[in-house]
Amino acid sequence: MRFISFLGIGILFGIVLYKSEAASWFRIYEMFQLGSFHMYGIIASAVILGVAGLYFIKKKEIKALNGTAINPTPKEFSVTRYLVGGIFFGLGWALVGACPGPMYVLIGAGYWPILIVIVGALLGTLLYGVLRTKLPH
Amino acid sequence: MDFIYDTWPWYVSGPLIALVMFLLLFAGKSFGMSSNLRTMCSAMGAEKFADFFKFDWKANIWNLTVVLGVVIGGFLASTFFSNNVVTINPVIATQLQEDYNFNSVNSSYLPKEIFSAEALDNPFNILILLIGGLLVGFGARYAGGCTSGHAISGLSNLQTPSLIAVIGFFIGGLLMIHLLFPLIF
Repeated sequence: MRFISFLGIGILFGIVLYKSEAASWFRIYEMFQLGSFHMYGIIASAVILGVAGLYFIKKKEIKALNGTAINPTPKEFSVTRYLVGGIFFGLGWALVGACPGPMYVLIGAGYWPILIVIVGALLGTLLYGVLRTKLPH
Repeated sequence: MDFIYDTWPWYVSGPLIALVMFLLLFAGKSFGMSSNLRTMCSAMGAEKFADFFKFDWKANIWNLTVVLGVVIGGFLASTFFSNNVVTINPVIATQLQEDYNFNSVNSSYLPKEIFSAEALDNPFNILILLIGGLLVGFGARYAGGCTSGHAISGLSNLQTPSLIAVIGFFIGGLLMIHLLFPLIF
């Protein structure tokens, strides 16, 4: 049951990412060229509903199905790691036009060269793990 | 039926992405697509290289199940509900053709100039894909999240660190498109 639920959520997410074209390199390029409201509208409408929904959930103390409180853990405050890490991420996102979700969508859609991007992303994750103690956070 | 085949507009797609986040929250999890890369590294034995990967990755199997679903979703959408052509702003499309010879714009889903079997005959394109992936993977872990974890989930929770990360995403993206693209392509 748990397997089917998570699989179902993933399938929904994959379809939405493909059909919204958030998984298209062209849409990411267009976004950074400020050529269309499309991508900004996707993020903004998701965030506005997210803020409203989370506010309601916390106010009414609505619990998750397993009975635990729904209260995403706030991240520890810092500027360096978020800004510098974010810039690295943005450079890659704009170059290959795919962030982690869309990478998996594109495997399913049969764009095999995306596998090279995923290998790169795994190596990048490994590199962070190795350098973590030496990086400013 | 046109609605199914056409691009899903932002006011349909955005709310559906918020729905995905809420479904995961109700399942007692959080919405973030880059942490599964760490899970995969651990599952492949990366703990030999860094303590960062020493954790009970089996507790994160759900996260890999979501990934499997996303792959299936991509297959279903591209096979049954799409003509697989993305149409962008014509001004930007013309500029992509004229400046960088990306002639597959407005006739395919991804640029054939980078994402086709023929493009991979050129080692330069393999390097582009590898370096791009490396930046995404490294940056996401350094920043503690990606578009889903920071831009959607973190901003929805009104977290300042996520706002800083999202500002970083856009600084990086704008630098790449406006300063580095003319040097790379």
